[in-house]
Amino acid sequence: MDVQFSQESINEINRIIAQYPKERKKSALLPVLHVVQKETNGWLSVDTMDKVADILAIKPIEVYEVVTFYTMYFTKPVGKYVIEVCQTGPCMICGSDKIVSYLESKLGIKVGETTSDNIFTLRTVECLGACGYAPMLQIGEQYYENLTEERIDQIIHELGSTYSDKY
Amino acid sequence: MGVQLLLEHLNKPEINTIDGYIKQGGYRTLDKVLGKMTPDEVTEEVKTAGLRGRGGAGFPTGMKWSFLDKSTDKPRYLLCNADESEPGTFKDRLLMEKIPHLLIEGMIVSSYALGCRTSYIYIRGEYMFILRILEKAIKEAYAKGFLGENIKGSGYSLDLYVHPGAGAYICGEETALIESLEGKRGNPRIKPPFPAVSGLWGCPTIVNNVESIAAVVPILNMGGSEYAKIGIGRSTGTKLISASGNINKPGVYEIELGLPVEEFIYSDEYCGGIKGGLDIKACVPGGSSVPILPKSLLFKESNGNPRLMSYESLSEGGFETGSMLGSGGFIVYDEKQCIVKNTWTFARFYHHESCGQCSPCREGTIWLDKVLYNIEHGLGKESDIDLLWDIQHGIEGNTICPLGDAAAWPVAAAIRHFRHEFEYHVKYPHRVKDDDHVYQPEMNYTTA
Amino acid sequence: MKVTIDDISIDVPPGTTILEAARMIGENVPPTMCYYSKLEGSGGKCRSCLVKVTKGSEKDPRPMPKLVASCRTNVMDGMEVKNTTSPEVLQARKSVTEFLLINHPIDCPVCDQAGECDLQDLSYEHGLSKSRYDFKKRIFDLIDIGENIQMHMTRCIMCYRCVMVADQLTPERVHGVLNRGEASEISTYIQKAIDNEFSGNMIDVCPVGALTDKTFRFKSRVWFTKPVYAHRDCKTCSGKVTLWYQGAEVLRVTGRKNKWHEVEEFICNDCRFHKKNTEDWVIESAATISRHSVISQNLNVYEKPVIHKKLQEKPKSE
Ligand SMILES: Cc1cc2nc3c(=O)[nH]c(=O)nc-3n(C[C@H](O)[C@H](O)[C@H](O)COP(=O)(O)O)c2cc1C
Ligand code: SF4
Ligand code: FES
Ligand code: FES
Repeated sequence: MDVQFSQESINEINRIIAQYPKERKKSALLPVLHVVQKETNGWLSVDTMDKVADILAIKPIEVYEVVTFYTMYFTKPVGKYVIEVCQTGPCMICGSDKIVSYLESKLGIKVGETTSDNIFTLRTVECLGACGYAPMLQIGEQYYENLTEERIDQIIHELGSTYSDKY
Repeated sequence: MGVQLLLEHLNKPEINTIDGYIKQGGYRTLDKVLGKMTPDEVTEEVKTAGLRGRGGAGFPTGMKWSFLDKSTDKPRYLLCNADESEPGTFKDRLLMEKIPHLLIEGMIVSSYALGCRTSYIYIRGEYMFILRILEKAIKEAYAKGFLGENIKGSGYSLDLYVHPGAGAYICGEETALIESLEGKRGNPRIKPPFPAVSGLWGCPTIVNNVESIAAVVPILNMGGSEYAKIGIGRSTGTKLISASGNINKPGVYEIELGLPVEEFIYSDEYCGGIKGGLDIKACVPGGSSVPILPKSLLFKESNGNPRLMSYESLSEGGFETGSMLGSGGFIVYDEKQCIVKNTWTFARFYHHESCGQCSPCREGTIWLDKVLYNIEHGLGKESDIDLLWDIQHGIEGNTICPLGDAAAWPVAAAIRHFRHEFEYHVKYPHRVKDDDHVYQPEMNYTTA
Repeated sequence: MKVTIDDISIDVPPGTTILEAARMIGENVPPTMCYYSKLEGSGGKCRSCLVKVTKGSEKDPRPMPKLVASCRTNVMDGMEVKNTTSPEVLQARKSVTEFLLINHPIDCPVCDQAGECDLQDLSYEHGLSKSRYDFKKRIFDLIDIGENIQMHMTRCIMCYRCVMVADQLTPERVHGVLNRGEASEISTYIQKAIDNEFSGNMIDVCPVGALTDKTFRFKSRVWFTKPVYAHRDCKTCSGKVTLWYQGAEVLRVTGRKNKWHEVEEFICNDCRFHKKNTEDWVIESAATISRHSVISQNLNVYEKPVIHKKLQEKPKSE
């Protein structure tokens, strides 16, 4: 199946490629995958990865190797919003465990799962560089810090209510 | 507040824009340096300043620059390490988020000193929102003619780009960073060759932390010898400390190196003491990789002198009684925190972040994680404590890159200083289980 | 350049690694699980060849602070190295061996590599007798990489050699290292056969039984077969091979391995998988067998590891 990217993404990809010497196109792989993943519902299918390999003139396996190495790329479908809660030491001592269990019960899913309406995926991650504002979570490009249960209610409502009355 | 060199203008209006930044005297070094000083003179200035790498290892920056192989006609690269992923560290983020132009100014003059035509800032993928801030700032700098061809008529040209990672702590290791920038898995390279000889695309390359590069700006403004007067002994200048954990005022502080640890924790200017009026139990002073220090060793060196926030003082006594300044990730634990659980989360972190190339780290980190999980969850055995010791010993020093050491040290230090807590966990597994591994006051670890 | 390893000195050309120097001395050579002299960029990963440099060079006599991978460290003039005379090195090697084994299935009874497995040798010489790992071992889904090569990821020790073979000998690499850390695996990601003229060499370079020859699978045990050197006129490769006979039947064809268990020349898949009749070959002689193979014991030509006299006293442990 041939994957097509929007003109906007193609422009962005070309801008990125131009940041590296001509014969070093492969260097654009990580930023290009970010652009592409955003467009393809937040995850990367084999077809998408092959297309990226094609654009950068590298072997498909070079893309698979990279995609599976880094935690920010997904190779399986995810919810519209991926909630990533930090659980490393500094966040843990400030109560990240409670945040995770609160989210689990609120969304009715376990860590690693996606709500049945495909709106939220819950993940735990390691330190995101917000330890002083713990507990914290990230959704997309946004950091949410100094979390409380009320704040979480608010976030979930803000994001989810456009799609479902449940939130 | 003491001397503020990096964060001085943090709260000035519009400091995140180029005009706001220039209003506070920003980009002055361009006039002073480009075409006026030779690149070697700039390097000399940084050497005189005694600046030491702020990314963790504390290697003298000027000396590192002088290792750059200038004998080839290959291009040279300066890479700014903005991967900031060491648990407990979040200082580079503040700098880039709030005062992006300070880093850009630092990149320009540092690249000039190294003779680079193109430089990159490698930023962790999770900081995508900061990448946008940096790219916007870089655009502003191009528009003003501070980047691009013939900067301010000096004849010097530089292109600057930001490159995002995608979630891998190991890409903070400089050769893994280079691999990642080349579009590969973040597998650290086997050294030698060192990047200064063969780095990015086989060209001579220098990798420096965000804060190190930013510090070059005040150094050039005030002169290396003035900068060297700040701080204490070989720990010159100021350092950003990321303070987190059970303190009243977590956040990023710029301190003059040499500040007493006790003052840093208890003064209202900084951490403001322990939350809830509790007592302090321990502190990890330099990011998760460095040894944890119990209260008894935290405020005093072995000779009785007060322990200071400096490279030398924090490492005084070696690993027996000391730790390291590291990246300045200062994590404070109150008396109720469970050291075993904390150590487990760190072990889990290193297990998660090991690149998997070399056997001691790949297999050792998962083993540490599993054994610590068991102890923490009331499934441990008494022999597990010695086993942990053996595992960390088998990793330390035997790996390709220092991630192995970083995984081993926190475990070793926790056992060294808090063995009684581990013993409590294995002796009273049901209590650990029932308490949902939260510390209870009646758990008197020392007499257990 | 003069280098001294465990009190034995030798002169070597510049650019020689400590490991190659030790091989030139020929005794007391550090074990190698990932380094392969014929593959560029190999080595440095398994850490079984760690040694201690007690003197950096004549010019800079300072010892190196950490143990170094002998396969990736060049000698300097006047360098002094300790291999088996250093308790620290032996301790590290023991740890490395233990690490390599904790997740290894140790399924030697059903493994075709048994008898010529580098990991068996390593654990025999440096391992503990008992496992201290109480957890379930790591498992991977079996993947099918084609009709000639059998892959068992659970046995893999991540030496990256097969990836280098694919990069350096074949036109298009379709397999690689996926995932990271302890979950790393060799895979094609999508089900895909690794099929090209030289892919079979991955079997020969694999230090363990992760990649084995499907056409030989379970046919016999290595120690019941008899190796014979032979050659043929081959357009694709040198055609110099070892034939493994049981009775009159050729069960397996491999490259010729030297003393260090490395093939002398890579061979093509046609020679390896499709030329299994004596008529296909010109027989040369009985093969010399490296001590890495158990069959050397059958034939009674087992080259025992030679340990220098001075070194035979056990070093005191730390
Ligand atoms: C596993 C690992 C992770 C690292 N992460 C970072 C990091 O996130 N940021 C950083 O500046 N340095 C990091 N370092 C240190 C770098 O390797 C390197 O020493 C540093 O970027 C050099 O810059 P400096 O001399 O200015 O400190 C890390 C090192 C290791 C081994
Ligand atoms: S120490 Fe760990 S992270 Fe570093 S190279 Fe080895 S496996 Fe990779
Ligand atoms: S530990 Fe959670 S952000 Fe650092
Ligand atoms: S053989 Fe040297 S590290 Fe593997």
